[in-house]
Amino acid sequence: MPAKSRISPYPYWFFLPAAAIFVVFFLVPTVASFYFSLTYWDPFEARFAGWDNYVQFFSEPYLLRGTVNTLAFAVLTSGMKTVIGLLLAVLLTSGMMGQSLLRSIVFFPVLVSTIGVGLLFQELMHPTQGAINVALAAVGIDGPGWLTNPSLALFSVALVDVWRGVGLATLIYIAGLATIGPEYYEAARIDGATRLQQFWRVTVPLIRPATTTVIILSLIGGLRLFDLIWAMTRGGPGFSSDVLASVIYKQYQAGFWGLSTAGNVILFLLIALIIAPLAWWLNRRSIDS
Amino acid sequence: MKPRQILNGGLALSASLVIFVIPFLFVLINAMKSPQEASQPDFALPERWLFWENFVTTVQTRDYALLLAYWNSTVITVGAITLLVIFGAMVGYVVQRRPSTVTRIVYMVALSGLMIPPAVVPTIWLLQSVGLFKTLNGMILIQVAYGLGFTVLLYRSFIGTIPRELDEAAIIDGAKPWQVFFKVVLPLLKPVTLTVIVVQSISIFNDFTHPLYYLPGRDNVTVQLTLYNFQSQFASQMNLLFMNILLITIPPLIVFIFFNRQIVAGMTSGAVKG
Amino acid sequence: MTKTLTTTAMALALTAGAASAEELSLLIDNGPSTIAAFEALTAAYTEMHPDVTFSIEIRPAGGEGDNIVKSRLATGEMTDLFMYNSGSLFQALRPERTLVPLNDLENVAPLNDSFKRTVQDAQGRVYGVPAEGAMGGGILYHVPTYQELGLEVPRTWDAFMANNAVIAEKTDKAPVIQTYRNTWTSQLFVLADYYNVQSEEPGFAEAYTANAVKFADTPAALKGFERLQAVHEAGYLNADYGAASFDDGLHMVANGTGVHYPMLTFSIGAIRQNSPELIDDVGFFAQPGDDAEKNGLTIWLPSAVYIPKSSEHIDIAKDFLDFVASVEGCETIVEVNGAIGPQLVPGCELPDDVPTAIADMLPYFEQDGRTAPALEFLSPIKGPALEQLTVEVGSGIRDAKSAAERYDRDVAKQARQLGLPNW
Repeated sequence: MPAKSRISPYPYWFFLPAAAIFVVFFLVPTVASFYFSLTYWDPFEARFAGWDNYVQFFSEPYLLRGTVNTLAFAVLTSGMKTVIGLLLAVLLTSGMMGQSLLRSIVFFPVLVSTIGVGLLFQELMHPTQGAINVALAAVGIDGPGWLTNPSLALFSVALVDVWRGVGLATLIYIAGLATIGPEYYEAARIDGATRLQQFWRVTVPLIRPATTTVIILSLIGGLRLFDLIWAMTRGGPGFSSDVLASVIYKQYQAGFWGLSTAGNVILFLLIALIIAPLAWWLNRRSIDS
Repeated sequence: MKPRQILNGGLALSASLVIFVIPFLFVLINAMKSPQEASQPDFALPERWLFWENFVTTVQTRDYALLLAYWNSTVITVGAITLLVIFGAMVGYVVQRRPSTVTRIVYMVALSGLMIPPAVVPTIWLLQSVGLFKTLNGMILIQVAYGLGFTVLLYRSFIGTIPRELDEAAIIDGAKPWQVFFKVVLPLLKPVTLTVIVVQSISIFNDFTHPLYYLPGRDNVTVQLTLYNFQSQFASQMNLLFMNILLITIPPLIVFIFFNRQIVAGMTSGAVKG
Repeated sequence: MTKTLTTTAMALALTAGAASAEELSLLIDNGPSTIAAFEALTAAYTEMHPDVTFSIEIRPAGGEGDNIVKSRLATGEMTDLFMYNSGSLFQALRPERTLVPLNDLENVAPLNDSFKRTVQDAQGRVYGVPAEGAMGGGILYHVPTYQELGLEVPRTWDAFMANNAVIAEKTDKAPVIQTYRNTWTSQLFVLADYYNVQSEEPGFAEAYTANAVKFADTPAALKGFERLQAVHEAGYLNADYGAASFDDGLHMVANGTGVHYPMLTFSIGAIRQNSPELIDDVGFFAQPGDDAEKNGLTIWLPSAVYIPKSSEHIDIAKDFLDFVASVEGCETIVEVNGAIGPQLVPGCELPDDVPTAIADMLPYFEQDGRTAPALEFLSPIKGPALEQLTVEVGSGIRDAKSAAERYDRDVAKQARQLGLPNW
């Protein structure tokens, strides 16, 4: 054992097993792919291409739309999960009847696989025969083409993603709420604050760490999301619900692997550019408070 | 219980039932129909209740592919979770206890695993060159690599709540570093360990894309892959498709029911420290 | 005693012909007619060679299936045999490097020449045997509706639209069916128009490959896109076109809820599997152009079965393909799926009772010059985004000219990625 372990009870060699696996199975291929993003690479050969793939990726006609969709989708789903998750968490810790059963119900969709969810909602959202529109028709509302209307398709997928993921946000918030000691609420009540004011002045500030976790995790997830969009719309109708991840996948599917890998690099940079400053800003403020 | 709480409860219960439960009733009802009835799936109750027949047909499809898939998925999940918990905790432990440039870099690198999408084809070549392609062992190692980011994040946060005094007491008693960790700290990490087990095992069990790339072949079929194959094969037999969805949701459900209570406790410290 | 047994056993093994029990793996797509055909073929072969068994794996059709085939082939993880398209998609597999040539098989030489051209490399090495008959791309139609309304099979596009107008006016049926849940089906109006394109611009394929002409600025080629747009704008599509599936489309044209369905004729095999009692209610005609005199059919050469170099059972696989390419093999396929088009194995006769749609199609093959292979068999370029662009046109999101321009750009991207000269 290296000398360090005699000095510190927290030896660096604890990193070794995890590092071995991580470096070999994640870092090495990822670095290799940076090289391949500079090649014309199809399943059978790789020819050097310089920056051509990046140029081609940026001149992709649907790139702008795809990037806008990606950002909009991530912000929308993250925002909804954060807000709805918090409200649900507050509701589910208020001591109401059937509380713990409800916690399980809300978390349940997290357990179902993406393809299962995708297939399920494809059927439910069928414009004429899907259960949702049939129910709406029963009360006289003409249900829209959830997945067939190009302006609506991505939004419908976002709704399903929130349905699926809000349980996890709620869980994190419930945990956070549990750590707020009742004395804070007491103090606020003595000061004459209404329940709403208690919420804003006590609850929201004190669960900032949970909020940070929820925002960061859901934003990364939203920016990278591929499975659900693919299962529900394949980026359609046409290209209207394409996000960067599905654009990248389509390049991969067409056999343009260098181009697809270049797209992956771009996506990673985009995520890093958004998340790194955000995480720093959020964490900084939590230390101060 | 105050009247308001009962009212809240009632309202919330009904709303939740509609939003969260009804979709599953949909799956359940259509899983019991005949192919013709299920071809336009709806909420109508089946004329003949074919639960058992559909169940048997689905399980028998392609030579009991579903049973083999259960086995494969379970092996992968259990194997990966075991390694993730031990190795991830070890990393989180040292990162939290020993703030230094090295550990900060290690932490950043681990988190990058959350952000960077994996590079598929280079990974396949790598697995082939070490002879692990199309093997369950290879798949396990892949899942560990991809899951380390989240695991390390959680462990690092939670370990912050365990006082250093406990470590120091053990060291004074003459414990070596690995003994301090495995005998003193790790047992105290039970809530977050359970959280990691639940969340990661659901995620690995439900993983579709990675086995699709790294574990092709009939003998290697995993649970999500059966659904994907069935979607191709049973395009006109939605009833079997829904039965399949139902059947592959059961194991995560069991895990969840089993560990439900511990999840909240585990999330408590992890989330609070951010 | 032992020695006698061993000698006898060896003698038996030698006379059996094949090696000891082997299992061959086979990858096919998920169409019901494909599955039925291969289950029959493998069963027949196992009967003749009891120590050879097969395990069949299934992949999706369309772009996803392409991806799976290419990845597995490239990483050396392909099954012993696999079924895949011929033509430009076949070329994309780099056959010289990845596939086993089959020229030495007895039943390969006599195969139809047009077919062989679609599964061979520049040196004339043939790599595949046909998995089904040739097929036409055109318009399936519901015969009883035509009879009820007294309509005639149109020989010009205007006549086709006139028929649609009558249907829209007099019935509740959808004049034209589109099924965009499976995006590959949206391409038919554009692709099936190729006979008309090449009858006006005979050198289009070569000029197109050499980057000398484009879809957007060649009026004849642009017509395919424009026709799709016209059908959408006239409001002739079924209400659920965005969510209907290929399966739905076949049901609709078979039971008359919709009247016209642009499709390839292999789908008759699927109708035969799913609703055999309705099969004679479905007829077929080629997509009409502007000139009634120059009316012909765009044809697709069938998918083929190939052997990857990575297979460990190459000899047995080749023997199996020899069987598939034989008259016996061909007749097995026809027996299971019925006739879906002219067979490419000489001597393999079609039964006398063919479904109505196939009977409608055969005359095109019998007259000279009334068929033309689709563009993908004449040019290695086919942009991967076409099916999404045609969904956009068919859904009214984008107009024909803009879609054609986008398609040209998509094709340019593909050509550059493939390293073709002149692009």
